[in-house]
Amino acid sequence: MAHMPTIVLVGHGMVGQRFLEALAERGVTERARIVVLCEEPRPAYDRVRLTSYFDGRTPDDLSMVEDGFMARHGIELHLDDPAETIDREARTVTSRAGRVIAYDTLVLATGSYPFVPPVPGKDATGCFVYRTIEDLLAIEEYAKTARTGAVVGGGLLGLEAAGALKGLGLETHVVEFAPRLMPVQVDEGGGAALLRTIENMGLVVHTGTGTQEVLTEDGSVTGMALSDGTTVATDMVVFSAGVRPRDQLARDCGLAVGERGGIAVDELCRTSDPAVYAIGECAMAADGRVYGLVAPGYEMALTAAATIAEEEAKAFTGADMSTKLKLLGVDVASFGDAHGTADGCLDVVYSDSRSGIYKKLVVDPDGVLLGGVLVGDAESYGMLRPMTGTKPPVAPEQLVLPAGAGAPVSLGPQSLPDEAIICSCHNVTKGAICACSSLPEVKKCTKAGTGCGSCVKVIQQLLPKPADSGMCGCFPYTRSELYEIVRTMRSTSYAQLLDSHGREEARGGEGCEICKPAVASILASLTNEYILDGERAALQDTNDHFLANMQRNGSYSIVPRIPGGEITPEKLIVIGEVARDFGLYTKITGGQRIDLFGARVDQLPRIWTRLVDAGFESGHAYGKSLRTVKSCVGRTWCRYGVQDSVKMAIDLELRYRGLRAPHKLKSAVSGCARECAEAQSKDFGVIATANGWNLYVGGNGGATPRHADLLAQDLSDAELIRLIDRFLMFYIRTADRLERTAAWLERLEGGLDHLRDVVVHDKLGLCDELEALMAAHVASYHDEWAETLNDPERLRRFVSFVNAPDAPDPSVKFVPERGQIKPDLTILTLEPLEGASAR
Amino acid sequence: MMLELSYDDEWLPICDDSVLTPGRGMAALLPDGRQVALFRDRAGRSYAIDNRDPFTGAQVLSRGLIGSAGGRPFVASPLLKQRFDLETGRCLDDEDVAVAVHEVRTRELAAVS
Ligand code: SRM
Ligand SMILES: Cc1cc2nc3c(=O)[nH]c(=O)nc-3n(C[C@H](O)[C@H](O)[C@H](O)COP(=O)(O)OP(=O)(O)OC[C@H]3O[C@@H](n4cnc5c(N)ncnc54)[C@H](O)[C@@H]3O)c2cc1C
Ligand code: SF4
Ligand code: FES
Repeated sequence: MAHMPTIVLVGHGMVGQRFLEALAERGVTERARIVVLCEEPRPAYDRVRLTSYFDGRTPDDLSMVEDGFMARHGIELHLDDPAETIDREARTVTSRAGRVIAYDTLVLATGSYPFVPPVPGKDATGCFVYRTIEDLLAIEEYAKTARTGAVVGGGLLGLEAAGALKGLGLETHVVEFAPRLMPVQVDEGGGAALLRTIENMGLVVHTGTGTQEVLTEDGSVTGMALSDGTTVATDMVVFSAGVRPRDQLARDCGLAVGERGGIAVDELCRTSDPAVYAIGECAMAADGRVYGLVAPGYEMALTAAATIAEEEAKAFTGADMSTKLKLLGVDVASFGDAHGTADGCLDVVYSDSRSGIYKKLVVDPDGVLLGGVLVGDAESYGMLRPMTGTKPPVAPEQLVLPAGAGAPVSLGPQSLPDEAIICSCHNVTKGAICACSSLPEVKKCTKAGTGCGSCVKVIQQLLPKPADSGMCGCFPYTRSELYEIVRTMRSTSYAQLLDSHGREEARGGEGCEICKPAVASILASLTNEYILDGERAALQDTNDHFLANMQRNGSYSIVPRIPGGEITPEKLIVIGEVARDFGLYTKITGGQRIDLFGARVDQLPRIWTRLVDAGFESGHAYGKSLRTVKSCVGRTWCRYGVQDSVKMAIDLELRYRGLRAPHKLKSAVSGCARECAEAQSKDFGVIATANGWNLYVGGNGGATPRHADLLAQDLSDAELIRLIDRFLMFYIRTADRLERTAAWLERLEGGLDHLRDVVVHDKLGLCDELEALMAAHVASYHDEWAETLNDPERLRRFVSFVNAPDAPDPSVKFVPERGQIKPDLTILTLEPLEGASAR
Repeated sequence: MMLELSYDDEWLPICDDSVLTPGRGMAALLPDGRQVALFRDRAGRSYAIDNRDPFTGAQVLSRGLIGSAGGRPFVASPLLKQRFDLETGRCLDDEDVAVAVHEVRTRELAAVS
């Protein structure tokens, strides 16, 4: 058997993991045994986003190792077991747990340690560093008993740590020795803009002074003495005064190290011993620098992996130190020659201390962009960084002026050359990105966008827009375009529409599950005829087809309308009796009404007969249409109420019931500003005022909640209704398929102001028409269930089996739970019946 | 025209094909308890596949919307929307999944005048 070489990796941090991935990508994991010694108790995680732990990310969310990665590639990972010594003669590494591992190739990726200045008291209880998840856990725990915190170091990491302390509720101080914050990244002007913004957030910044001593009492931190003679009282101290490469292992075994630390490597990341490599923050690159950023570390990982795989490796000769960060909510970016050190270079500066914006570009005498600093507004970073080294197509001052000042320029990334690096974390060029066709593909094939994420916006601009904005493979139009086509053609047939306006290849075909319900909804919005007659029966989504909501086992739920959430005891009793007689599960919904679950298709007409007889009508829980108008109890009962919110909710619900729209519509009416009905989370929400009603629009609950915007104030009943009529019809006319009002309003050009112009000030002269459309809807409303029950033809679809109309579906079964029923899922999970495999 | 399904080497009459709305399906029960989803397209062609949605186990495929992609007819499951080719039973969204296809024909009934 051929000798299987062993590669040992010491350190499983960000760069170490990237190195393992690079080995796997090159197939090396199949040809070599790979052993990883990891000092920390967990596999590699995203140190760059460490601080997001305080925003609710869990250590698991931060993991950088895809599930099953180690097992799939046969990599042996030893957690909590650091390397202690290296014997280069014998080619072995010994770990703390006593493992002695023989290597053919050794790779050191030990990263850095936080530098703690040798001041008295630095080891007191209450002193911390900021590097690992364990550090954060300890800080979080200690902060529970602390009121004040101080960070030593006003650099990138120091400000992150300060932000974290602030977020933990502490009064926070930052002490920086240099005369400005972030001295490495930004220049004086940028530092000043940053300082103002950060002080405005309530942090206390001490620049130009050092920490002399940590003051303690009984071994715990009580304060800090500064070199300017002042003291700061504080309960805890976080040191963030820079990092130092972890090169002790290398020193101990006699590898060459740099004068100021860092394991010396050549352009292929080899140390002074050709069997040993060093990558990431522990290495001193061939250009004599130690890089404290992740992107250069990743480049080194690729270089080392390619060299080990005996491929031609891209030499690592140095890297760009560009960064873009969001520190305490302030955008800060620097790139290229940010400090203007090149001979004869010139600056172009824009500075606005009121808003904390500072932008500087460094150019050479010929106008070639060399670098820059952006503070407070780093929007253009994604564009400017890749332009470094080229002459921008417009004058540099135009690149720093805020939009709206002078002639605004919007430079598209299209103007960049193919070699421009778009993702600096993974060193991906525009050319490589343009070879892909979607963001997921870019991420998969090039890794671009998977690091700090700051390049994603530009990547999206580079990717081809979908060929057209058409709704689906059948129509080259958006929903609102189709709406206009149907309206002007007065067409009422989907088939006609498909054959006349469909894409060439779709004409004469069946259409698809996307455009059919969309066209059905447009037809319903415009004509309000019974939705299940003739051809339209074939267009509706399953739920509309049976006027009920399908549940996971194929049974249906039933939601009678309960306008405004108000219901009489008699009606409650009917619901109870129906549920009892048909054995249905009942639940109060989140929409102030009652849902009855577990009906078979063939039971729906019988159940609805009972409900309709008792005065109920369809609640349209199945339709893209008005759902509920929730109400609070309002002035009638509530001591705070100023208007009759229940009556208004009922009026609105009855007015708009049955209205079909691009997506469902929800509403609520609150009787006073306390807002018990949560109207501001609704598509249209109404809040009572002493003088009438305030109308809010574009609210949303669900996964991406949005607070509604105030459209108009102190409206009378009639004004309110007229405005809602216009708003809803304008939405129905112009929104995309499945676009709720919140998303529609976000997208609407001109936003709320435009909407107000159209529906309040009638700028487009549309209001009469919108009102007429709504009046037609209101006049033509019929209860769908009553209409269905009155027509035997329409009832024919409510059978489980076309060849056995009386047979109940045997797969719809229930089991008891908490005194009611629930679907018996065991029936569904049975193995496919015999013969049910593909032919 | 009588719609018939191949069952146990015989043709099993199911229903008059006019009962099916073009572009929509209905379920049929086989003597052995299995369920079949029957569909008719705009052109009047009939299709039959298993009614059981392999992703959820529910007997619901007959209640999905049908469409065509690249000239081939499919049904989209009403539960989680996966599409199945009506001629081959193959799932268009997961190549490892398929449902059984049943042979179907329509036959002129002897005219009763
Ligand atoms: C039954 C109910 C849950 C309950 O037991 O309380 C419910 C059940 C469903 N909701 Fe809901 N939602 C229910 C209240 C809500 C609420 C609360 C409310 O209306 O005040 C919300 C948040 C408010 C909002 O919509 O902004 C809500 C936000 C959603 C969303 C997310 C919408 C969004 O814009 O993000 C969906 C998904 C969707 O529509 O695409 C959804 C979808 C669904 C669906 C249709 C999922 C599905 O396709 O099967 C559920 C079917 C209902 C059924 O079979 O009857 N449901 N759903 C509630 C019915 C209320 C009613 O009386 O009609
Ligand atoms: C809060 C914070 C924010 C940051 N933000 C940014 C940013 O925005 N942009 C950016 O580019 N960079 C940022 N960085 C820096 C970035 O995290 C590092 O550049 C990157 O993690 C370096 O990767 P590495 O693998 O070289 O080192 P590390 O990720 O530190 O990994 C080294 C690993 O080796 C282990 N180790 C050390 N000695 C041994 C041993 N003897 N045996 C076994 N294991 C050992 C260590 O425990 C560690 O797990 C940030 C860092 C921090 C702490
Ligand atoms: S919103 Fe106002 S009126 Fe309505 S219940 Fe709450 S406090 Fe009372
Ligand atoms: S630049 Fe950081 S992910 Fe692309």
